Amino acid sequence: MGNREPSRPSLASLFAAFVSIGIMSFGGGLAAWIRREVVQRRGWMDDQQFLSGYALSQLVPGATNVNLSVFIGTHLRGAAGAVAALVGLTALPVAIVLALGAIYLHSRGMLGGALFSTALTGMGAVAIGLNLGTGIRLGRLHIRRLMPILVTAVIAISIGVLGFRLLHVLAVMLPVSLALAWLEQRQ
Amino acid sequence: MIATLVQLALLFGGLSLLAFGGGTGVLPDMQRAAVDAHHWLTGPEFLDFFAISRAAPGPGSLIVVLIGQKAAGLAGALVSFAAMFGPSCALVYFAARVWHRAAHAAWRALLERALAPVAIGLTFASGLALIRGTEHGWVAYAVTTVATLTFAFTKLHPLALLAGGAVVLLLAG
Repeated sequence: MGNREPSRPSLASLFAAFVSIGIMSFGGGLAAWIRREVVQRRGWMDDQQFLSGYALSQLVPGATNVNLSVFIGTHLRGAAGAVAALVGLTALPVAIVLALGAIYLHSRGMLGGALFSTALTGMGAVAIGLNLGTGIRLGRLHIRRLMPILVTAVIAISIGVLGFRLLHVLAVMLPVSLALAWLEQRQ
Repeated sequence: MIATLVQLALLFGGLSLLAFGGGTGVLPDMQRAAVDAHHWLTGPEFLDFFAISRAAPGPGSLIVVLIGQKAAGLAGALVSFAAMFGPSCALVYFAARVWHRAAHAAWRALLERALAPVAIGLTFASGLALIRGTEHGWVAYAVTTVATLTFAFTKLHPLALLAGGAVVLLLAG
């Protein structure tokens, strides 16, 4: 990775990419879709840039994947790119969510309503798997040494299983990871 | 009407800047304000809105447009959207500008190396936290496991997986 210089997209193709990300991404799997479109399919960023943007997006308050889209838009095309990514990502989903909300409010108590919510549950379960699968893919590509593996595992378990607050975990693990990267660089 | 719009803007504008770690962290606060304080919707409606926004395309925080729509119609939805995403996106924009200008700085290369394992850990954490936060039955666990492995090790299109997940739950139910 990082060997070829990433190409800089036009505003229109940036917008189009985020429209397709927005429309195809269900549930919690958004980061998986964004990486697939921006890194794998279009080559606008390499994985390291993507991952640093992803981590920064978690440090700033707000929905991580919206932040990530704005980060990518800004990185590629400045302020106009940020707006293109945000509007592209959210315009169709907002319309769809509002339509689903209206259907939900009108179909409550009917058979269709129950089937609808069962299907939503199934898609939600898959969406969680897309998140975990992305973690496995990225881990296999980018984490080879023992210490970074431990950093990843501690963060995943402390927040995801033990329910520690993100702020508390990052306050400890970010300095640890920085120190490890610095030591590795000096060797 | 105007009063409701102002209340929506203040509530979600404030939560936007408090939502460290993504949108899910502020859901308890959101529920308390929208259901108990303002009575815009009932508790069960809030949970169903959450399920809709999580399973529909787009970020889960779009639950705010459903709450806004219920409280004050289309204007409420738009105000809620702008309030929830405007402040945090502005912050990201300025952070990204700083990041971009430091393209060749040594501190950025170091930070990128340090952030990679952190970001991957957070990816796992978000999936695991979602499992913890929902009523995950054994069918849902099986679906999540199969989806995880399939997405990690094959090139099957995610939309096929999502459709499969919906079908399995419909058949199992």
